[in-house]
Amino acid sequence: MALMSYAMSDSWTMVRRNVRHITRYPSMLLATVVIPALMFLLFVFAFGGVMGKGLVGKDAGTDYVDYLSPGIILLALVMAAMSTSVSVAMDMTKGIINRFRTMAIARTSVLVGHVVGSVVQALVSVVIMLAVALVAGFRPSAGIGGWLAALGLVALLSFALTWIAVAFGLAAKTVESASNTPMLLQLLPFLSSAFVPAESMASGLRWFTEYQPFTPIADTLRGLFLGRPIGNDWIIAIAWCLGIALVGYLWSARLFKRDPQMT
Amino acid sequence: MVTTPPPAITALGLRKSYGDKIVLNGIDLDVPSGRIWSLLGPNGAGKTTMVQILSTLIRPDAGTVHVAGHDLAKDPDAVRRSIGVTGQFAAVDEMLTGEENLLLMGDLHHLDRRASRRRANELLKQFDLEDAGKKVASTYSGGMRRKLDLAMTLVGNPRIIFLDEPTTGLDPRSRHTMWEIIRGLVANEGITIFLTTQYLEEADELADRIAVLDHGKLVAQGTPDELKSLVPGSHILLTFGDITELDAAVRVLGESARDDQALTLRVPSNGDLGEMRSLLDRLDAASVVAKNLSIHTPDLDDVFLTLTGRPAAENEAENAEKETV
Repeated sequence: MALMSYAMSDSWTMVRRNVRHITRYPSMLLATVVIPALMFLLFVFAFGGVMGKGLVGKDAGTDYVDYLSPGIILLALVMAAMSTSVSVAMDMTKGIINRFRTMAIARTSVLVGHVVGSVVQALVSVVIMLAVALVAGFRPSAGIGGWLAALGLVALLSFALTWIAVAFGLAAKTVESASNTPMLLQLLPFLSSAFVPAESMASGLRWFTEYQPFTPIADTLRGLFLGRPIGNDWIIAIAWCLGIALVGYLWSARLFKRDPQMT
Repeated sequence: MVTTPPPAITALGLRKSYGDKIVLNGIDLDVPSGRIWSLLGPNGAGKTTMVQILSTLIRPDAGTVHVAGHDLAKDPDAVRRSIGVTGQFAAVDEMLTGEENLLLMGDLHHLDRRASRRRANELLKQFDLEDAGKKVASTYSGGMRRKLDLAMTLVGNPRIIFLDEPTTGLDPRSRHTMWEIIRGLVANEGITIFLTTQYLEEADELADRIAVLDHGKLVAQGTPDELKSLVPGSHILLTFGDITELDAAVRVLGESARDDQALTLRVPSNGDLGEMRSLLDRLDAASVVAKNLSIHTPDLDDVFLTLTGRPAAENEAENAEKETV
């Protein structure tokens, strides 16, 4: 019982440490918002006219800004995950982590601090992205329930991506490689139905797009925001999130438990 | 009845290697409580690895260790509750202020808010960091950072503190401040200090006992005086203007230890004035003129040379070279 409550209070201490880092140095947060926001504006106002005409199947006739807005959230989350990897890798190079390791505290609290801090940061950037989208003409028709479900899925995805990002950050030998590994992750939203429908892609790519996690997640979010039927996409989306989170957590815990690499 | 306190740290047959590089090659230790115990050795001797093992940071390949009576392998958390570590590279959170760093430690030691704040203020005062307390640690000088680091270590009132090269890279003034603080900890609070250093002067200045580590093995242990007694006694070094003067001096004083290149002659001596006068008288009588005379008493540099066959400075140079490759 005491052990459990120490684990909780240590985690809470670490969460406050990470949130303080973010509020003291908000440039990281800004960087993760600016790129998806610019890309969003570029896609909507420069390419949107053409791309909107290309929407096929169940999306035919949808305004491109309405099609893209739920998808751009995925890009914002992936960008946030990248900044998590970098900040974890940077933190691991600092002596303070070794100090934590020589103290009688719950070991995973260090990671929990990073995860919760990063999820909070990611959700802030999602709120900013949504505000940009609404100003740009995004008109979701979801009711209160749809909004809550959509934000719940966003939070769950953010949690999952953050655990994977933490593992990338721990596995990276240098801070530079920590910023490179998640690049692959960053490509995934582009190769999903976030920007254009899978049906419009070349056949090989289309197969990949249909089976990768971001497509059911993007489709579910779009369905929730636009008040459309989502079929069983939401089950697949949640299963992917839980699976990614579990893998990320187990991998991170394992990496953090091994002896630190000494130079 | 006076009982001797149990040893603070004991280790038996400690080994660690990275790949085929053996870092610690069978170390036995016995560190008494309430003293400053120093591990002396050049860069790359394995000092930091030793601290990392004893402080539960990394696991040894073999050997048993007890710290504060707890088995390191079986109960690392009990060990962690009794120790504090301040390393060569300051372990402070640079994005937080000095005060926030101390409060962070208070939280992690599960002190309640008021106790945590009181301890933080106490330590800021004790370490003369009151003005800096509200500033972010990344703006601190090296000496301030090291002081904050040690203050953070003290928040949990550890009984044993590992100081891994606490003054490396500090200016002489900060070094002396650090020495004063370390002495105070042992004198006032009875803390055991496990100090590693590459500075012979520092070990000599602070330590009650010194162990010399070289290439992963302890090559000697003892008090500073015991170690110094290992080396040949003091001597007088005479320098001459040319080789004929040197030859003449050798005829008077004997072959002892001449160096034709440097034109010097080393004569054993206990540094006694009368002995020195008689030596000069004998040279005078033979009309031999020495250009220079210096008295040399053994220091830990000589100890190092005797024990390892290399001067400490050469060791450092050798290692510095390795690092730049």
